Amino acid sequence: MNMQYIGSLLQGLWGTVLLSLLTFLFGGLFGLVIALARISPLRVVACVTQAYIQFMQGLPLLVLMGLCFYGPSLLGMQSVNPLFAATLAMTFYAGAYLGEIWRGCLEAVPKSQWEAAECLGLSRAQRMRMVVLPQGLRLATPPTVGFMVQIVKNTSVASLVVGYTELSYNAKVLNNTTFQPFLYFGLAGLLYFAVCYPLSRQARKLERKLNVSRR
Amino acid sequence: MNYEFDFGAVLAFWPLFAEGAWVTLRLTFFATIIGFLFGTLCAIARTSGPTWLQRIVAGYVEAIRNTPLLIQSYFLIFGMASIGLRLPILVGATIALVVNIGAYTTEIMRAGIDSIQPGQLEAAECLGLSRTQVYLHVVLRPAMERVYPSLASQYVLLMLASSILSSVGVEELFGISNRVQSDTFRNFEVFVVLGIVYLALSMLLRAAFWLLNLALFTRRRKLGTPI
Repeated sequence: MNMQYIGSLLQGLWGTVLLSLLTFLFGGLFGLVIALARISPLRVVACVTQAYIQFMQGLPLLVLMGLCFYGPSLLGMQSVNPLFAATLAMTFYAGAYLGEIWRGCLEAVPKSQWEAAECLGLSRAQRMRMVVLPQGLRLATPPTVGFMVQIVKNTSVASLVVGYTELSYNAKVLNNTTFQPFLYFGLAGLLYFAVCYPLSRQARKLERKLNVSRR
Repeated sequence: MNYEFDFGAVLAFWPLFAEGAWVTLRLTFFATIIGFLFGTLCAIARTSGPTWLQRIVAGYVEAIRNTPLLIQSYFLIFGMASIGLRLPILVGATIALVVNIGAYTTEIMRAGIDSIQPGQLEAAECLGLSRTQVYLHVVLRPAMERVYPSLASQYVLLMLASSILSSVGVEELFGISNRVQSDTFRNFEVFVVLGIVYLALSMLLRAAFWLLNLALFTRRRKLGTPI
């Protein structure tokens, strides 16, 4: 074990963090669209969105990675950047789950709030933006922070099909050269833990803070 | 777009896909059963064990829930191999999955156990039930009934996550994809077929859990009423 190996692990950690951040950004935007479409008054839109969510929740992330890696080449893209393919797959994945989480939060906003906003003569977009979304956002914070842990953990499969270099990939390379699985996978595990644990703690703390019935 | 799809070449490998799906199902089955028993024991230890045991279980749950399954299986399977413990790969894979799903089961079952009102326990004590009887009939069964939906979806996720074990050399459904890809050079089609098979498997699993629900919890009650 020397500094070079540690550096390699940290470099992998950066890959993990970068992919997680991109996923959270694009997956979050996509998830918002999914959540809004899921509660759309248009039946067709709501049904199609639900089918999409069901579809995504029945598919392993690895298969999604494969589809996103080989799919673009069908459209004539010559070589697909691993980071691009991984982000694309993670966006589809996170969008579906975040969409479902946020739909629950939006629906948890009391019906009377909707009705009151309607009585004030606000349009649907205004009701959404000024009354429902701000309240839903409050409810959504703890599960969203909790889901970020899932995102970070799931980036670990990005190296398997797509070949994106992140923490678990670098740890595997180190193990292949040194044959010290406990040491390097243990260190990689610790690094993942160092990223995920604060998020889990934060999620639990927020949950307790926002849980009115237990206050 | 002038790509010509060729599913025929991929579908010619259907016996391989069927074999892989069978391995995935078996792996999921054993990991679910053993993981459920292990997780339930951990949940009991977590709620009513001695303090040191509670701490250990809490540490285990946190460690597993905050690290990826991929790293856990590398750590366990390559680690065991490095100290000379050479288990059949399917056994090693099952162990890795059990260690992983056990932590999630612990957390879910703990929530179920916590939701049992103290009055229920006092009533059971008054009836003169033994400790084991109290646990089996008054605590675990209602607790499981309450958290059953979460448990079921966690086990469906486990089936999907088992695809990760292809990277340690398990020839389950995802593991065969490499072979079919290198034989057919039809990467995209392989993943489409894999996706369809996984979708079918998760529907199958959900149906099985639904039937199990009907069989296990025969007491009919209205949703939202306390157990």
